[in-house]
Amino acid sequence: MSTEIEAQGKAPGSQVHTHGARRSYLIGLGYAIVLTLASFWASSTDVIYPHGVPILLGVLAIAQMGVHLVFFLHISSAPDQTNNILALAFGIFVVGLIVFGSMIIMAHLNHNMMPMDRLMQMQR
Amino acid sequence: MSAAEQALVTSDAVPLSLRGPAPTRVVAGYGFWLFLLSDIVIFAALFAAYAVLSGENAGGPTAAELFDKKHVLIETACLLASSVTCGFGSLAVQSGDRTSTYLWMAITFILGVTFLSLEVSEFSHMLSIDAGPSRSAFLSAFFTLVGTHGLHVTIGLCWLVIMLLQVATLGFQPMVSRRFFCFGLFWHALDIVWIGVFTIVYLGAHL
Repeated sequence: MSTEIEAQGKAPGSQVHTHGARRSYLIGLGYAIVLTLASFWASSTDVIYPHGVPILLGVLAIAQMGVHLVFFLHISSAPDQTNNILALAFGIFVVGLIVFGSMIIMAHLNHNMMPMDRLMQMQR
Repeated sequence: MSAAEQALVTSDAVPLSLRGPAPTRVVAGYGFWLFLLSDIVIFAALFAAYAVLSGENAGGPTAAELFDKKHVLIETACLLASSVTCGFGSLAVQSGDRTSTYLWMAITFILGVTFLSLEVSEFSHMLSIDAGPSRSAFLSAFFTLVGTHGLHVTIGLCWLVIMLLQVATLGFQPMVSRRFFCFGLFWHALDIVWIGVFTIVYLGAHL
């Protein structure tokens, strides 16, 4: 079965060696704990320049998502995972469009909107 | 299959397009991976709504007043630990080990239930202080986003129980281990969504 899989490409999350895979989960757990505690610490500390904290939180979150993808979902850049990587890249692209697109558009609309009190006066 | 044939199949000499149809496990895994990505797109829409509306509290309670960081850290720990035990459980499924499958998946289930009960207690506390989804746009967006994640966890727990029943009745047939494999992907993907939730919703509230 395992040679069959290797011949045809890999399903996301599949692994062959049980021992190595167990270690990969533990390494992933270690990284995830460090990154989680770091982001909780960063959100409540005064040590870091306050305007830099949201960026730091974003970086830590994206790093942790990467750790989960690599160590838990076993996504890698191996040639037999091209399909999974392509689908993932498209997914990230769509997510980026939706989230940042909505935020930019709504911020612009909000910026260009007439102040509420003047809008109320016009309705009378 | 002889060693020579096997070498021919696995080597790069044969292009991928000429190797015949992929095994069912690969196809099922890829299809489920596509479903997970589309599910993440749904969450992206809810995240976008939350990011736009998070400041619109209509004179009601703000995010910083409502959210308790310690509570969220415990929830995160539950979900993270359950992700690892789920991984150990899927390894046990792959090696056909019934006892450790039950053990790891039972721990996964308990951690998932703990997470859910923490979330339900948080929601009911918010409802009791008149901070329900109808209070403001911020709270509507919050309950939709976090509630959808909680709903996914609930569905995942039901799926886990069904899978354990299938292991008990059908054993480790290829069909069952394939479904278990998809369940593992689902559970890990929920954890990835939760990273976004605790960063943007809970930690973002205290900035």
